[in-house]
Amino acid sequence: MMRTFLVRALLGFVLLTAAAACYGHAQTADATPATGGAVMASPPVQEQVAQLQQQVADAKSAGDNAWMLVSSALVLMMTGPGLALFYGGLVRKKNVLATMMQSFTMMALITVLWALVGYSLAFGPGTRFIGGFSFLGLQGVGAAPDPDYAATIPAQTFMVFQLMFAIITPGLITGAFAERMKFSAMVAFMVLWSILVYSPMAHMVWGKGGLLNAALGGALPTLDFAGGTVVHITSGVSALVCALYLGRRLGYPKEPMPPHSVVLSFIGACLLWVGWFGFNAGSALGAGSLATSAFVATHFGAAAAALGWAGAEWLRNGKPSVLGAISGAVAGLVAITPASGFVGPMAALVIGLIAGVACYLMVAKVKGMFGYDDSLDAFGVHGAGGTIGALLTGVFASSAINPIFKDSQGRALASGLLEGNARQLLNQLAGVAIAWALAIAGTLVILKVVDALIGLRVPDEHEVQGLDLSQHGEEGYNLEA
Amino acid sequence: MTKIEAIIQPSKLDAVKEALREAGVDGMTVLEVRGHGRQKGHTEVYRGAEYTVDLLPKVKVEMVLPDSRVDAAVQTILKAAKTGKIGDGKIFLSRIDEAIRIRNEERGDAAL
Repeated sequence: MMRTFLVRALLGFVLLTAAAACYGHAQTADATPATGGAVMASPPVQEQVAQLQQQVADAKSAGDNAWMLVSSALVLMMTGPGLALFYGGLVRKKNVLATMMQSFTMMALITVLWALVGYSLAFGPGTRFIGGFSFLGLQGVGAAPDPDYAATIPAQTFMVFQLMFAIITPGLITGAFAERMKFSAMVAFMVLWSILVYSPMAHMVWGKGGLLNAALGGALPTLDFAGGTVVHITSGVSALVCALYLGRRLGYPKEPMPPHSVVLSFIGACLLWVGWFGFNAGSALGAGSLATSAFVATHFGAAAAALGWAGAEWLRNGKPSVLGAISGAVAGLVAITPASGFVGPMAALVIGLIAGVACYLMVAKVKGMFGYDDSLDAFGVHGAGGTIGALLTGVFASSAINPIFKDSQGRALASGLLEGNARQLLNQLAGVAIAWALAIAGTLVILKVVDALIGLRVPDEHEVQGLDLSQHGEEGYNLEA
Repeated sequence: MTKIEAIIQPSKLDAVKEALREAGVDGMTVLEVRGHGRQKGHTEVYRGAEYTVDLLPKVKVEMVLPDSRVDAAVQTILKAAKTGKIGDGKIFLSRIDEAIRIRNEERGDAAL
């Protein structure tokens, strides 16, 4: 009885206070200074309209910024724990921590580098090949939008979103030299690679004045929505160079080295799939229908590719493996990355299916034919998948999905081959070729330098003992404890 | 004193333990081991790389008994562990020189 009364009394008090506040606000709103002696009942209409326009813009920005911050978090999750688990499960037990540490180190190391100089080199104004130093230490990168990149979100949001890409890209390379690279050498390598390969490629494709920038009038416009060239080709091809330079693991290929935990890899792959929505749909840089389109294309590409790889394996081996299915999904996600904001859902299914089967053959047949030890198939999945995806983008891109090319009157022009623009395929080829060239040249130089200074590979006893113990003084599993 | 080492199928461990308990055998040591006799292994494929796994998971049950109780224990194990197929396992018997109970340092049959 007493409690009901108290609740009602409290409710009544709150309502009265609210009413009083509204009345008080209305009173003060009325009390504006008069113009020309007449008493004004409300602010001039222009002011109100201007206020409304600002509120609408703020609301749109709020939606876009919320999505972009979530996307940034999703992409970071792709590195940790997504990639860490995916790769961690694929290596032998004695190397699980060292492998995860490689991904985790990127999260910390690249962040600092990006803040100091990486973002400026990638997205600052500069030449066609590299940005300058205007954004050194992130000066000028604040709450106000940078309209060249994204007009409705703070420049800092754009910067942190791009940072997550800069983090995961070098992380992908670690798959090639897994189980045999010195931690110190890896750190040195990644610092140089991020500055000399990633930032320039990001600048060329996405930066102001970049040679390959399709959105900002580059001379060789390459359609790369979320990073098929910038992320997957550069990392995948660099991975191949590393695998060839460092040489095979001791005992490869005779000694069996099966994954120590497909369970961990499975969890990692699923986190990658979900995180990829941030990677691709977030590259719409806003929360509108293009983000939806990219989200759908991403998902469809992953699904078709998983079926493609698993199906190909089923036919060739008699059994579809779990590792195959999840690897297929990842291959599809890689391939759809450059296409995600330019193609429709059906095209995404086709791209995914092609990538799933092609990457399976790369990994199951081609790798064995050449005999290189790309331990975790960074080249087979990311290098090959990225190349396939970038080229297929030139085939399937449609201005109906995303009118990226416009004529002088602002009318949309055909994007890809099937729409009637055959030339774009050549541009895609140019972008792909430049990515390959930059990755090969940059990686070779960096490998030589780091090797000369501190040596790249761990000594044989450390490789046999395992990197967890030799590099980090830890064991991944102390199950008897 | 005789040591009985029985290598059996992992799926038969519960049946063997139960049967031995009912037969009055109190102590045993159980190990997870890998091995094979004439049983073939299997092939696993990871991303196109084939691995032949011929060391199969088995369970080894060990116990040391006074000589008078060994035959009964062996019969119990045989009955519980047999499926009639290749891979059922083997039983080995060996002589034990001495047994000592750590708690009170009893020796010989009294320690078993």
